[in-house]
Amino acid sequence: MPNAHLKVWRGDTGGAYVDYDVEYEEGMVVLDVVHRLQATQAGDLAVRWNCKAGKCGSCSAEINGKPVLQCMTRMETFIPGETITVAPLKTFPLIRDLVTDVSWNYRVAETMPELKLSAPDADGHRRMAQIDIDREQEFRKCIECYICQDVCHVIRDHPENMEKFAGPRFFVQLANVSMHPLDQNPAKATVSHGFGLDYCNITKCCTDVCPEGIHITDNAIIPLKERRVDEYYDPVKALVRKVFGGGDKK
Amino acid sequence: MAQATEVQQRYGKTQRTDRWWLEPVALGAGFLIFVIYSTVSGFNVGNWHYEAGPYLSPFFEPLINPSWTPEWFSPAIFILWAPLGFRATCYYYRRMYYRSFFMSPMACAVSEPAKYYTGESKFPFILMNSHRFFLYVALLFIPVLWYGAAKSFWMPGEGLGIGVGSIILVANAFLLMMFTIGCNSLRHIVGGGLNCFSCTNFTRTRRKMWDLVTVANERHKAWAWASLVSVGVSDLYIRLVANGAITDINTWTTF
Amino acid sequence: MAEIETHDYDVLVIGAGGAGLRAAVEASATGARTGLVCKSLLGKAHTVMAEGGIAAAMGNVYSEDNWQVHFRDTMRGGKMLNNWRMAQLHAQEAPARVMELEEWGALFDRTEDGRILQRDFGGHRYARLAHVGDRTGLEMIRTLQQHAVHRGMDVYQEVTVNRLLKDGDRISGALAYYRESGRMVLFRAKAVILATGGLGKVFAITSNSWEGTGDGHSLAMQAGADMIDMEFVQFHPTGMVWPPSVRGILVTEGVRGDGGTLKNASGERFMFNYIPSMFAAETADTEAEADAWYEDRTKRRTPDLLPRDEVARAINSEVKAGRGTPHGGVYLDIASRRSSEYIKRRLPSMYHQFMQLAGVDITAGPMEVGPTAHYAMGGVKVDAETAATTVPGLYAAGEVAGGMHGSNRLGGNSLSDLVVFGRRAGEAAAQYALGLSTLPSVSEGEIAERSAAILKPFDGGKENPYTLHRELQDAMQEEVGIIRTNSEMQSALGKIDNLRERLGHVQVEGNIQYNPGWHLALDMEHMLLVAEAITRAAVERKESRGGHTRDDFPGPNADFGKVNVVVRHTAGGLGVTQEPLPQMPDELKKLFEE
Ligand SMILES: Cc1cc2nc3c(=O)[nH]c(=O)nc-3n(C[C@H](O)[C@H](O)[C@H](O)COP(=O)(O)OP(=O)(O)OC[C@H]3O[C@@H](n4cnc5c(N)ncnc54)[C@H](O)[C@@H]3O)c2cc1C
Ligand code: SF4
Ligand code: SF4
Ligand code: FES
Ligand code: FES
Repeated sequence: MPNAHLKVWRGDTGGAYVDYDVEYEEGMVVLDVVHRLQATQAGDLAVRWNCKAGKCGSCSAEINGKPVLQCMTRMETFIPGETITVAPLKTFPLIRDLVTDVSWNYRVAETMPELKLSAPDADGHRRMAQIDIDREQEFRKCIECYICQDVCHVIRDHPENMEKFAGPRFFVQLANVSMHPLDQNPAKATVSHGFGLDYCNITKCCTDVCPEGIHITDNAIIPLKERRVDEYYDPVKALVRKVFGGGDKK
Repeated sequence: MAQATEVQQRYGKTQRTDRWWLEPVALGAGFLIFVIYSTVSGFNVGNWHYEAGPYLSPFFEPLINPSWTPEWFSPAIFILWAPLGFRATCYYYRRMYYRSFFMSPMACAVSEPAKYYTGESKFPFILMNSHRFFLYVALLFIPVLWYGAAKSFWMPGEGLGIGVGSIILVANAFLLMMFTIGCNSLRHIVGGGLNCFSCTNFTRTRRKMWDLVTVANERHKAWAWASLVSVGVSDLYIRLVANGAITDINTWTTF
Repeated sequence: MAEIETHDYDVLVIGAGGAGLRAAVEASATGARTGLVCKSLLGKAHTVMAEGGIAAAMGNVYSEDNWQVHFRDTMRGGKMLNNWRMAQLHAQEAPARVMELEEWGALFDRTEDGRILQRDFGGHRYARLAHVGDRTGLEMIRTLQQHAVHRGMDVYQEVTVNRLLKDGDRISGALAYYRESGRMVLFRAKAVILATGGLGKVFAITSNSWEGTGDGHSLAMQAGADMIDMEFVQFHPTGMVWPPSVRGILVTEGVRGDGGTLKNASGERFMFNYIPSMFAAETADTEAEADAWYEDRTKRRTPDLLPRDEVARAINSEVKAGRGTPHGGVYLDIASRRSSEYIKRRLPSMYHQFMQLAGVDITAGPMEVGPTAHYAMGGVKVDAETAATTVPGLYAAGEVAGGMHGSNRLGGNSLSDLVVFGRRAGEAAAQYALGLSTLPSVSEGEIAERSAAILKPFDGGKENPYTLHRELQDAMQEEVGIIRTNSEMQSALGKIDNLRERLGHVQVEGNIQYNPGWHLALDMEHMLLVAEAITRAAVERKESRGGHTRDDFPGPNADFGKVNVVVRHTAGGLGVTQEPLPQMPDELKKLFEE
């Protein structure tokens, strides 16, 4: 069995990278190697995981500097003998080893607008055409791995922005609410200033790293920015609204 | 959140081991070359000719050259603000120059140098919200450029024919059209802004248009570069022909 | 005793999967001060991994479908051992619960006329599973989570409950620790709802995550609650078998529902050789007939979609008989039957999973699959209407509760179970709690004792918790797995005793901050108790039925068909008794007479 050279962050903010050699087999992913390390050499190595199949978004880490899911990073993608650096997500406060405090995301989640659907049809069913929910379903694929939040430079390099910026994961959720065919929230509910949509400079790192392949920038953020222009920056639209009324409902 | 920053700095600027700097440097350089070239050409430095036979450089299309403008004035100034504004506020170009020139960030998971960051929330970047108005103008340019391309098949005095220049201008009109059609603002306007596609026949049609725009939009980056190169090449080619540096291969005899 | 962080609630919900979230939403809506505790982050519970769908007789695809048919399918799938009342309530209420999810934001795939689309699954007479591609669980948990955060409850993430506390014979709270800091936290509560999910981690090959350690089963037993049907463990027929590191990861039954068929190494569709008499009448017995069913659902259905226990046993037999694939599974083939676009649209995450983890393109070639420990039918004995356990103030819903699925669960019936009984548990617990004027008391002495005991793995022993866990998993897989015999199970009981003794000398490295080795050492206590309960119940049931197959007692036995095996924790250890099944009223019995 070949050996993997791992460099793993150990400890809290006062910690350091520690080198390990771990045996691995064909077909293994980085998370398997980390687990083997845990079972044989570092019993207290802190790492989050649940599904081991890219479905739960628990095992996010930065491998060779790139934010990824450990359970979806196959050992075959490395050159044999290459040192593999496994670090925790850097945007969030470190707890220990590979585990960070992602509670900020859960606080942002509480600020998201709730869906308010129109009443069902007389027979109790709500009818929605598949063509209306296709793009919504893309947003619903999010597994909340927070890798996009981690890579986003708006908060990665400028943590002070966390107070005014919801981050790509939540732009995806806002897009979900905004584009829902039956939602009755006023259009402004999803594009108002509070969420910091205009802090995003559409440099697309979130899209590059999303393990679910959600086109965060093109399908969520930019459409939201355009909807925001409709509401706040389009004098023509504003005039039309003034003259013909309306505009509150989506 | 101070804690996070501390740890981050200790980690160093990035741990990426790939050549992450290659793309921003290459694209930045390419863009810079175009900007320098188009400035020189747009201000018509050296007063080189920009018309040759049936060809007119796309920088000057449509040609507006009133008599009251001073000697040094280049007619391209009437034109260029529009594509310039369109591209400067284009979502793709923004991404590109924010990465390559503002280093904000240069590549993903690479620290950026700036201390403060407010994105597009403050002046001047808030002006990016005007993109759709540049789009309206850019849409008007599509028929104009096709007109220019069509004209390039008609040699005054001689009639219908074809030359390398005509082919270049057709390609250029096509690429610019594809770039414009893939615009994110257009995508919003034709259908993206709707929440119910299935509601009426009209919205169903708009969904189909949205699908079409989406196809172009998915390759917006490629169209952006292809059309940028094609405008530059068209202009260069026509000027070289006009100034006799090269000869255009064509079916006409007087040119 | 050092001051311990304390929180008081009317209702404390342990577990934030579908059942826990739904219960907490309801408890909160009923007016109870509600706390919600989970071992992982919010939204990561097992429910997120569910793929195929949620069963509800809405009749959107086949208007012939109704709750009676669903009820009948459920009972027959469970080999009539189900608590009939639970199965009835489940079938009746599931459609409303699904519509409610939609109201809260879930976006299921649609029919042509815009209603919720339903897909075929094993054991269900009609296409009945509302779904979103193959990520239905994600849709469900996200919907509930987004709804719950606006309902004013307190959520404690990454907090593990280690003991339930009692005041006399009724529940008075729970003692837990923060995984992050290792600090203890005390919840005093008038009512507690267990929604801790399954116990797959007791077995070596499982679709479950690290959380599936049977904590709730163990907590309930330790609190004196009766457990039923613990011998019934569902081995899902199709888990991945290769590469080794992904062994056990689930391949959704939706693959077969959407046209995939099982084949052995020589390409034979072997399921035709394993049709049991109970299902012979409605199962196709030739390939042509089975294929016709995919186009016309009034035809008899393919045996590939027999209930899971049947299919798992069939695969097991094929492999044992030497007709398996090189990696010890069988082939599941959809590539030769469906177009690449169809597969990618209907089964996107399966496509992704095989591509990324095994390097196999399922649109081009077959998958290799084999049985994997998946679901615990058994669990805490509950009252059908209220989800109340035999301990006053303690409620249980979801996978941790027993009875609903009898000896074998039908696919898709779990997600619906979670919301139907999660809601009922939430409401009943809240009402019970609101009826109590004061908080029951907790014993300081017990808290001090537990607080000390959980730190014991840090001082001086030599056993590695990971090794102990591996040994337990191997023992259970080998000796209490798909096929069981008395002698092997006795051997397993011996090993469990031995492991328990060695757990007393377990040693963990490092400190109490986010220390998985320590957490595992603490979970081991639960797993050992649960493994013992499964084994003892399995020894008691001297017949083969559903998710329990005895080599020494092949075939069902009519007497055992009338009883539940009950496991009860007493001072002397685990006791096993048999109790008669609740009797179904005549008008329901009629449904089975056709
Ligand atoms: C891969 C896979 C696919 C499946 N597909 C389907 C399907 O298509 N259809 C279907 O109907 N069913 C399916 N199932 C089954 C179904 O998903 C589960 O049975 C169901 O999700 C269990 O839900 P639950 O709410 O009971 O518990 P879980 O979702 O397992 O949640 C348990 C919760 O309890 C918490 N917890 C556990 N112990 C403790 C403790 N000691 N202290 C504090 N908190 C604790 C956990 O943190 C977690 O939040 C599938 C299962 C798996 C594994
Ligand atoms: S595109 Fe916007 S949200 Fe996404 S990473 Fe870049 S700045 Fe952040
Ligand atoms: S949008 Fe993608 S990257 Fe971001 S949290 Fe969701 S799944 Fe992860
Ligand atoms: S463990 Fe679930 S995404 Fe990696
Ligand atoms: S987004 Fe690029 S042109 Fe509009």
